[in-house]
Amino acid sequence: MNKRKINNARRSPFAAILVIAAGLLVAGGGYAGATAAVAHSTSGSYTQEQVDLGKKLFLSNCASCHGKNAEGTNYGPSLIGVGAASVDFQVGTGRMPGQASGPQLMKKPVQFKQDQIDALAAYVSSLAPGPSVPDEKYLATNGNTTRGGELFRINCAMCHNAVGAGGALTEGKFAPNLKGVEAKHIYEAMVTGPQNMPVFNDANLTPTDKKDIISYLKYIEANPSAGGEELGGLGPVAEGLFLWLFVLGGIVGITIWLGAKSN
Amino acid sequence: MSTATSNAQKKGGFLAGTANYLDERVGVAGILKEFGRKIFPDHWSFMLGEVALYSFLVLLLSGTFLTFWFQPSMVPVIYDGAYGPLKGAEMSIAYSSTLDISFEVRGGLLMRQVHHWSALLFVAAAGLHMLRVFFTGAFRKPREINWVVGFALFVLGMAGGFTGYSLPDDLLSGNGLRIIDGMIKGIPVIGAYTSSLLFGGEFPGESIVGRLYSLHIMLIPALILVFVAIHLFMVVIHKHTHYSGPGKRDDNVVGYPLMPVYVAKAGGFFFIVFGVIMAVAATFTINPVWSYGGYDPSPVSAGTQPDWYIGWLDGALRLAPTHLEFVIGGYTLSMNILLPMVVGIAFLVVVALYPFIEGWVTGDKREHHVLDRPRNAPTRTAIGVAGVVFYAVLWAGASTDLIATHFKMSLNHVLTTMQISLIVLPIVSYIITKRACLSLQRKDREIVLHGRESGRVVRLPHGEYIEVHEPMNEYEIYKLVDFKAYQPTLARPNAKGVITVRARIRARLSRFFFEDRVEPVTQAELEAAHDHKELH
Ligand code: HEC
Ligand code: HEC
Ligand code: HEM
Repeated sequence: MNKRKINNARRSPFAAILVIAAGLLVAGGGYAGATAAVAHSTSGSYTQEQVDLGKKLFLSNCASCHGKNAEGTNYGPSLIGVGAASVDFQVGTGRMPGQASGPQLMKKPVQFKQDQIDALAAYVSSLAPGPSVPDEKYLATNGNTTRGGELFRINCAMCHNAVGAGGALTEGKFAPNLKGVEAKHIYEAMVTGPQNMPVFNDANLTPTDKKDIISYLKYIEANPSAGGEELGGLGPVAEGLFLWLFVLGGIVGITIWLGAKSN
Repeated sequence: MSTATSNAQKKGGFLAGTANYLDERVGVAGILKEFGRKIFPDHWSFMLGEVALYSFLVLLLSGTFLTFWFQPSMVPVIYDGAYGPLKGAEMSIAYSSTLDISFEVRGGLLMRQVHHWSALLFVAAAGLHMLRVFFTGAFRKPREINWVVGFALFVLGMAGGFTGYSLPDDLLSGNGLRIIDGMIKGIPVIGAYTSSLLFGGEFPGESIVGRLYSLHIMLIPALILVFVAIHLFMVVIHKHTHYSGPGKRDDNVVGYPLMPVYVAKAGGFFFIVFGVIMAVAATFTINPVWSYGGYDPSPVSAGTQPDWYIGWLDGALRLAPTHLEFVIGGYTLSMNILLPMVVGIAFLVVVALYPFIEGWVTGDKREHHVLDRPRNAPTRTAIGVAGVVFYAVLWAGASTDLIATHFKMSLNHVLTTMQISLIVLPIVSYIITKRACLSLQRKDREIVLHGRESGRVVRLPHGEYIEVHEPMNEYEIYKLVDFKAYQPTLARPNAKGVITVRARIRARLSRFFFEDRVEPVTQAELEAAHDHKELH
């Protein structure tokens, strides 16, 4: 419990300037970063067989919406340049092949085996370079959870909630609960920005930052609350409902029960 | 006790049935039966105030424990405690001492959870207690002042809760303070100055936690104690009210002597409330501040909500129509902030003053110690239900986002539906409740005059079929006829011979209250009905 006092920079007038500067950096870096991300992506790590198999799978499962050459149709966007990461995320979480329903394409049971998904990814990334499937070393959960938590609260909590429980967006769209999502898919969600989620390219969150965020999410997933049952991580609303229905309701129930017994 | 026999007959609703069901399977009640006979009250609804009182005692005890370790300072430190995902983070001393209480002080986390759960219970029990008092008319003369004292306690409970909730200086409570800051700044002319006085400069400043702490552990608990003392003192002076029954009149009190039975009852009940709070606090997380992180003005989390008792105000803010801003002489008037504040304050003022409003309308200056059955005051009951519905919609308004995600609806639709419901549902529920009360009253008349339908159909010698009606005994009849139906008053000219506006308003209100009414069965009607039966 030993603490070191530190200077007060957080709330000094410089803080405002710093925040603005950081904001500009993020916004400006976005563009540069987008190109940087494309540049460092690898498209040569797949074999020709994978690309061929991918093309076959693509034609029979995806082309109806995305077009024969993935150029896009009225039913689905062009996949040229979306990269292997996007395919791996979309197909690997069961979002693709898409099924039009409601305001947001939903997760479904995954329909392909991982080697088929790799083949699809190989095919799409052979069309044009794009973000690749993340390197294993960024998926280990030994990153800095403190930094990860901080980055998560700053970049993700406004949509996904401070504990990753999910949240509502406009018009029936929502940011999902992040419990149980694979590390690889968390990383890919950040680099590709599915549907209403923004892209967090390597300029605004470095691969190490992403690793920290993943470590944090995996930490809170693996370590349940020290205080007991968590009521869905939904905070005061769940606590209030529980209080009225079970605590006050329970006390009233006991009183009625004993009252009835005493007569 | 003189009413024991009649009580025995009335028990047997759904809840008593459930209780019996449990008893037959668990069988604890046998042991508790002897015990229970002495310890528990005539009617459960009389115990709600006590639940609030006992939760407050638990709050005082657990809060005192927390003060041993909590440090209300906003000076930043680097955390070096036991919780991994915050090690090395910069945070305020207030937040880090809350983490220490949670992870390093023995029993600290349990005490925090006891404190927080009992805070929620305190306000909830007080609220339900208020509703009991309202719907039974227990606020009528001579208890109007005590209603206002109770109301003050409810508001102080909200204030105590809000100030406490903000102490740990975590992200969630900081977002809550940010909203309060925004509301204060929305007040014309004085807003900006008030905010900077309160926060000691620009939000969040470095003083707010210390200031809230003074309020939270000194001023508010002291006021609550004083008001609780006044409240209980008045209960002693006025004596308890009672539900109507034979021998229960406006000029007596029927019940147990205070010593020793009541004291024993209260002692036993304290331990039940205490036990429930402990059990819940030991098994259910509340306010896991460590997952929210320290307060920092930049991040805002989805699903940011206050504790339940502040929810209705948060809901009012969320439901306020947008684009209601006027610019007057270079100053912006944010009606989307002012409107919810005005509506919230108006609602509270009406609740606080209701006994005086009703007393003025009825012009009834007599003392009342026998409670009304809610159906026998149809307009009051309907107003109460409309009020509850209005509050409930505002309350639900604070969780529009969770409703949207959990019921797979569009957030925008949920908002619009709630905005409409806020106006429409109270009106609809007013009408339905009033109609329901009136027909229940008519049914009571029927039962008193003709007995209860027994479901047995018999054929008379001359071939006619009739359903046998079982006559009621005197105890039951007494309960059904013991009320007063007020007549609407007319606007009469005063001494100078003019009908004042005041008199007109009063007559209008009186008509609103009492135009539709069902008279209680009179003695003459009852006798006539009996004679009629003898003819059969
Ligand atoms: C029913 C039509 C449909 C089918 C079939 C379908 N998709 Fe899609 N796909 C969509 C739509 C619509 C989107 C755009 C979702 C959005 O962002 O709103 C999309 C988006 C994607 C994306 C993300 C693009 C980006 O910008 O990152 C990928 C990758 C993708 N689909 C791959 C596939 C693959 C691979 C298949 C076959 C296994 C497939 N899709 C089948 C409709 C479809
Ligand atoms: C503007 C709101 C927004 C922000 C900010 C945001 N997300 Fe998302 N996120 C979404 C939405 C919406 C989806 C659902 C997309 C879909 O289903 O195609 C999503 C999906 C995801 C998924 C996939 C979950 C699953 O069930 O498969 C992950 C993982 C994820 N987000 C992580 C993050 C992380 C990490 C951050 C911060 C770096 C972040 N998000 C920031 C809106 C957001
Ligand atoms: C008026 C009734 C009271 C209510 C409604 C109330 C409510 C609360 C709430 C909701 C919190 C936030 C707890 C959390 O989750 O961290 C809190 C914190 C706290 N309260 Fe109270 N409280 C009351 C009385 C008291 C009293 C009488 C004391 C002390 C004598 C006290 C001392 C504290 C302290 C020290 C904290 C901060 C510690 C922490 O957050 O861990 N409270 N209170």
